Amino acid sequence: MGNFGKYILMLTVILTRPKKWSIFLKRLFDEISGIGINSIPIVALMSTFIGGVIALQTASNMSNPLLPKYTVGYITQSSTILEFSPTIISLILAGKVGSNIASEIGTMRVTEQIDALEIMGVNSLNFLVLPKIAAAVLFFPILVIISMFLSITGGWLALVLSDLSTTDTYVLGIRYSFMPYHIVYALTKTIVFGFIIVSVASYYGYYVKGGSLEVGKSSTQAVVISSVFILIANFLLTQMMLL
Amino acid sequence: MLEVRQVNKSFTGNQVLFDIDARFEKGRVNLIIGQSGQGKSVLAKCMVGLHEVDSGEVLYDGRDFTKMNRNQRSEVRQEIGMLFQGAALFDSMTVEENVMFPLTMFTNMTKAEMKKRVDFCLEHVNLIGRNKLFPSECSGGMQKRVGIARAIAMSPKFLFCDEPNSGLDPQTSILIDGLIKSLTYELQMTTVVITHDMNSVMEIGDSIIFIYKGQKWWEGTRESIITTDNQEISNFVYASDFMKEIRVSMQEKRR
Repeated sequence: MGNFGKYILMLTVILTRPKKWSIFLKRLFDEISGIGINSIPIVALMSTFIGGVIALQTASNMSNPLLPKYTVGYITQSSTILEFSPTIISLILAGKVGSNIASEIGTMRVTEQIDALEIMGVNSLNFLVLPKIAAAVLFFPILVIISMFLSITGGWLALVLSDLSTTDTYVLGIRYSFMPYHIVYALTKTIVFGFIIVSVASYYGYYVKGGSLEVGKSSTQAVVISSVFILIANFLLTQMMLL
Repeated sequence: MLEVRQVNKSFTGNQVLFDIDARFEKGRVNLIIGQSGQGKSVLAKCMVGLHEVDSGEVLYDGRDFTKMNRNQRSEVRQEIGMLFQGAALFDSMTVEENVMFPLTMFTNMTKAEMKKRVDFCLEHVNLIGRNKLFPSECSGGMQKRVGIARAIAMSPKFLFCDEPNSGLDPQTSILIDGLIKSLTYELQMTTVVITHDMNSVMEIGDSIIFIYKGQKWWEGTRESIITTDNQEISNFVYASDFMKEIRVSMQEKRR
């Protein structure tokens, strides 16, 4: 509980007005490039292949002739939009981005760079963490939209290349019973997960004590704890938004 | 002027500073010396607010830093420059960007004005033309000099140097000491140097405070530290065989 209280206090310091907007915007664009654009390749790779696997596994389990052929497309679309793209991609980003942030801020802590900021009179938490949170909250939804598109495309490629379905049938399944609200639900989840990933990783990096060994440990802890928080938040948001 | 009054500090029940009183004068290089683990770095961190004191006052020109909120401290901190033991340069920034950083954060200077100020600071630490290097491309001595340039960029009234010579060769140490001394006199700063390097003590120490077991054990000048009878200081000053030989030769001269 002590850690949670410290985490909440940290957020109150982070979520204040930046000292200079011009510097904040410059850092925001740097962070969008660092934690957002640089994550596109891994998100694209994961999404395309997992979309393909979802489609193939669904098709292989559709032996019942009473089930319409477009069911494969429908299930691929639903599982991608509802769960795979927002949650699984966020868990992957917790590993990639979370460990990166924790080790970056942790290294700044142990090499006294954060002390240097504080001595200058800079609100180091606001300066370092707010642009990262803003970048995650703004760009992670874009990553998830890219993931949705590529996952569904991967499913189509897998089915068509394996001769398990036709393009028309697959597209019919994708469009069947499509609910735009599910996109809102997925993007809302992504924004919450993005906030969790960056804030938890920053917490573990910022308050690290010791040397390089502790920075490594804090990086691992950041990934584990943010993943747990993502799973809990996923459950709560699903309860609140879908039921 | 900088003054600390009755400063106490403990960590999880273990008291490391006991009722420290000290005055650090403007335009002088004030040294805090002592063996490792005696509390001198903790005292310095209490003075700049990196550690909160348990009790006592830290007065910057009469303003009690310990009673200030975050915004008030931010104002005072713009009058403080600090050189860290490991220089603490920002890895992702060039030498120029490091020195320019406080200017971009706290002034409304134009880019040209900031560039001029950066060049002025780099010239003072003999680093003209090294603007575009990254910290990883600089030697330890260069990193310290960049750290000094960054510390003086905002024309601070107070300069703190935490073990400025650690990890440096003797020649570079003398260079850094010389820079600290000349900048203190030229810019009329109140400079506080934390060190256990006897060369620094003899080169730049205008006034010296000796910290022992968390207490201010002794106070004086570089002349008086050589002749004091205080056993703990003698143990510290004459720890090396070289210094012991100097003491013997001094005693022989007196006879």
